[in-house]
Amino acid sequence: MSQTVLQAKDIVRDYHVGGGLFSTARTIHAVKGVSFSVEKGKTLAIVGESGCGKSTLARIVTLIDPATSGDLFIDGNKIDIARQSLTPEMRRKVQIVFQNPYGSLNPRQKIGDVLGEPLKINTDVPADERRERAMAMLQKVGLQPEHYHRYPHMFSGGQRQRIAIARALMLNPSLLVLDEPVSALDLSVQAQVLNLLADLQDEFQLTYVFISHDLSVVRYIADDVMVMYYGEAVEYGSRDAVFSDPQHSYTKTLFAATPRADVESIKARLAKKAAA
Amino acid sequence: MALLEIENLVVEFETATGMFRAVDGVSIKVDKREVLAIVGESGSGKSVSMLAVMGLLPWTAKVTADRMMFDGTDLMKLTPKERRRLVGKDMAMIFQEPMASLNPCFTVGFQIEEVLKVHMGMDRAQRRARAIELLTLVGIAEPAERLGSYPHQMSGGQCQRVMIAIAIACNPKLLIADEPTTALDVTIQKQILDLLVRLQSEYGMGLIMITHNMGVVAETADRVIVQYKGRKMEEADVLSLFETPQSSYTRALLAALPDNATGDRLPTIDGFLLEAEAVAVNTPMMEPPL
Repeated sequence: MSQTVLQAKDIVRDYHVGGGLFSTARTIHAVKGVSFSVEKGKTLAIVGESGCGKSTLARIVTLIDPATSGDLFIDGNKIDIARQSLTPEMRRKVQIVFQNPYGSLNPRQKIGDVLGEPLKINTDVPADERRERAMAMLQKVGLQPEHYHRYPHMFSGGQRQRIAIARALMLNPSLLVLDEPVSALDLSVQAQVLNLLADLQDEFQLTYVFISHDLSVVRYIADDVMVMYYGEAVEYGSRDAVFSDPQHSYTKTLFAATPRADVESIKARLAKKAAA
Repeated sequence: MALLEIENLVVEFETATGMFRAVDGVSIKVDKREVLAIVGESGSGKSVSMLAVMGLLPWTAKVTADRMMFDGTDLMKLTPKERRRLVGKDMAMIFQEPMASLNPCFTVGFQIEEVLKVHMGMDRAQRRARAIELLTLVGIAEPAERLGSYPHQMSGGQCQRVMIAIAIACNPKLLIADEPTTALDVTIQKQILDLLVRLQSEYGMGLIMITHNMGVVAETADRVIVQYKGRKMEEADVLSLFETPQSSYTRALLAALPDNATGDRLPTIDGFLLEAEAVAVNTPMMEPPL
């Protein structure tokens, strides 16, 4: 039976920009009433351009920022961090991987400590077991045990993103928010990380909220797709429905703007150029 | 005669552990009115080779080449002063981070006019007229008002348009665009690529497009060079590159595109095989092409 891991109803997030000496206070509506749900083991991709509110939404889902209004259910429990503080149990359930693997790891922390820290903070697992679990996780994400004592600067971008994913998985989350996890990576490394995410999803029945601006990646990884534009979800549906029959004009613009790397479109372009 | 002709370019950097070879015997030829794309992943030496052509590398870099000709001028024999007169005028470059490559302390008008003053010796009125003309050309609305804007008052796409305006200010013969759209949204990327290709054909410039994005290559290039770890893996016209890629690296790169995914896992690139192939492919490249 399918089980809904994440459900959001009418999420709104406003930011109040304080009036300074030269400007009056104003309110920015970053997210304007977005609803969606994700089932266990599935991937929801959120697509949109910079400033469309997709990262704000990620912060709300990850319980970093409270929503201004709207309901958020994780594993069926209503969570409102504006009213009640987070328990370690709730923190465990949602984890996030950020875009920039260079910025999201502490340069002064060894990888072993990076991986052990979530356990240290949120659980009372003893040190030797933390170590064992960190070692096991390193191998799960395709790194070696000898990497345990190294520092982040000794790794490549793809390896660092693996470490960030490993850290997010240390607490056995049910939901993983991936905020542009492959945008900073080379094509070949991107393929490796996408494969890793797919493997981990199969193994642990993980649920992903995958935030991206790259439609080719979304088409590859997502089950459901939500397109955001100026804080609103302009399109929401299964991947095949959205890609084969986009309804909103913005989605169509987005598809038309994505460069196509297939032989037919190159032929068409060259023919057009020769004719001109 | 080719616009730019480089044979056996080698760029090395001095590091604590000895010399690091960033570009290893690459030969590049660009004709007038041609769009050449140089594709590669980070560390493939694609930017470094172009910076070497522009003479923008730091003094720690050691640049050698058998031949480095630009429009009949031998770039290797130029004095720094002569090179400065050439770079930015006949040969211009656009960089990846538009926000970072404009000077935040000056208005965009000042930065456009600076080029016109240095290279064209125009007077104030001419410069202003030309700057407005350029902003119109790159598609910025209300160009006269925009001349007084600072970079932080513009969006990323607009800044990139200003960078393009600066680059084409002196009607260059060769425009080098180093990842011009990587920092931009796809809809803006489309506009900037269309703009570059339009300007290239209108002004008959040679255009070198440095990118890691196969989609950008497919949408803009006439001819493509694929680089890996400082070596040239393949050179082909754009259609044959995508239709019948010759080197296994290009094939692997194309297969790794999520667009082309067939199964539920993407094929990945095996680094070691490539190292071996890079040596094998590169050796004949050392001989001057016919």
